[in-house]
Amino acid sequence: MTQLALVIDLNVCVGCHACVTSCKEWNTSGSAGPLCDERPYEANPTGTFFNRVQTFEIGQYPHSETLHFPKSCLHCEDPPCVPVCPTGASYKRKEDGIVLVDYDKCIGCKYCTWACPYGAREIDEKQQVMKKCTLCVDRIYDMSMPENDRKPSCVKACPTSARLFGDIHDPESAVSLAIREEGGYALMPEWGTQPSNHYLPRRKTKLKIHKDELERADNPLKVDGQLPKPGKGESTMDDVSAW
Amino acid sequence: MKPAFSVIFLTTLLGAGQGLFLALFTHQTYALFGLLPMQSDAYYGFGSALAMLFLGGGLIASFFHLGRPERAWRSATQWRTSWLSREVIVLPAFMGVVFLYGVVHVFGYLPVIVTLPSGLVIDLSIVIGTLGTLLAFALFVCTGMIYACIRFLREWNSPLTVINYILMGGSSGFILAAFFSATYAPSETDFFVGWAIIITVLALAGRAASLLRNARLKPKSTMQTAIGVKHPYIVQRSMGSMGGSFNTREYFHGKSAVFLRVIKPAFLLLGFIVPLALLALGLFSPALLGVAFILQYLGLMAERWFFFAQANHPQNLYYQTIG
Repeated sequence: MTQLALVIDLNVCVGCHACVTSCKEWNTSGSAGPLCDERPYEANPTGTFFNRVQTFEIGQYPHSETLHFPKSCLHCEDPPCVPVCPTGASYKRKEDGIVLVDYDKCIGCKYCTWACPYGAREIDEKQQVMKKCTLCVDRIYDMSMPENDRKPSCVKACPTSARLFGDIHDPESAVSLAIREEGGYALMPEWGTQPSNHYLPRRKTKLKIHKDELERADNPLKVDGQLPKPGKGESTMDDVSAW
Repeated sequence: MKPAFSVIFLTTLLGAGQGLFLALFTHQTYALFGLLPMQSDAYYGFGSALAMLFLGGGLIASFFHLGRPERAWRSATQWRTSWLSREVIVLPAFMGVVFLYGVVHVFGYLPVIVTLPSGLVIDLSIVIGTLGTLLAFALFVCTGMIYACIRFLREWNSPLTVINYILMGGSSGFILAAFFSATYAPSETDFFVGWAIIITVLALAGRAASLLRNARLKPKSTMQTAIGVKHPYIVQRSMGSMGGSFNTREYFHGKSAVFLRVIKPAFLLLGFIVPLALLALGLFSPALLGVAFILQYLGLMAERWFFFAQANHPQNLYYQTIG
């Protein structure tokens, strides 16, 4: 069985919103119709998006850091939004695990949004149907595109490659490897929704040097007897010689 | 959650309609066993018509909740998994049965279905009424379960939600029945007032229990589980939109904390305490029963508003700051 998903590396995301704009551009231009906006050029613009980048401050100044957090539908393995739908417009595809909304069947009752703990669904205020991330289902299977382009629009747009796309049920896929080896985690695991999208945590890159590594064990100086160490402020051999 | 007026009207109107039908058939059942004098067919017939008015109002209100009402028929298809779909099926079925119940009474078409060995004569209206009673409770369960089955909204995720829908609908309907009887069959008013008092007291107890339960709830999701970062201090600096989004409109009631604090005692008073007092007085002055129903209806609308507003959705963790 296949379960397509995104793996988002929070250690690499710089919060540039390229995935947001690229997602909007692709998905507002497709055959499913636009993702409607209201008052786009006025004081309070609002509209339908599949993907948003949020920013959190972790810790308190001066010991704080910024976390940019892209959020879209997590394509849960056990999606709570699907069984509550009264019309069957919300469904999870058997073949690749993508959770989709049939815009022609949706009655816009918004019940599915109550049943999603992540707030991943947004109603299109003009078309009055529920919309959500499709993992660019109209793109990833498009054989007229070069194979390298058959990825979700957000993944293609990310300038830092913070977004990986693949089958998390294939243990050898890049996404599975990333989840397994880079500490991939799911959001709100307490609800048992088993989100397919995973996040890789922020990781501090630290150079670890142990004390015994500072001096060579086979240092000839040790063999021949210690020479007087130069003071910390004095120049060393490295500073004065060109080799 | 944002209280939608369509749903507030839908649930309160349906509750009153179901309660009224249950009250009428309770009376007919008592009368069947000779505990009360059987009333004229017109009494049960016009009572059913009144119930139909409320149910019809609720049905109309429900359409205002839909973005695409022209596709509403599709919502009957997923009854295997969706309580909303089940409600969509049970509501018209119940309305149909109430309509038939009224019609057989008004036209006096009451053929005997079976005569029990004890000599009890079961006519068509009893059969239809029994079916209607089952459907009325089924509809209460569907309506309640629509809210109670959402595990993320923990304020709703409790059997109390279903129990309270039954009790508050019953209370509303029995008070309406008392008022209806005060006009058309004054001798029977006390019967309905008595039951209305009992059900209203139970409804108050049920609602108070759910308020107590909700006051003790601890949120299951936290900022830490929402973004998966283990740190006691996490503050949102931007939610990814400047002018708000669906997520900031649908899940927040948009009123101040003071408003929320005021409306709670207001609905307890209007929805339960005042009607109880008026019911007691109504034993002597029937006109007060109409006032009791109207005031309680306003109270139940406030109750329903609070029911929605109090539910705190975990997605709100992601939508705290515009910036």
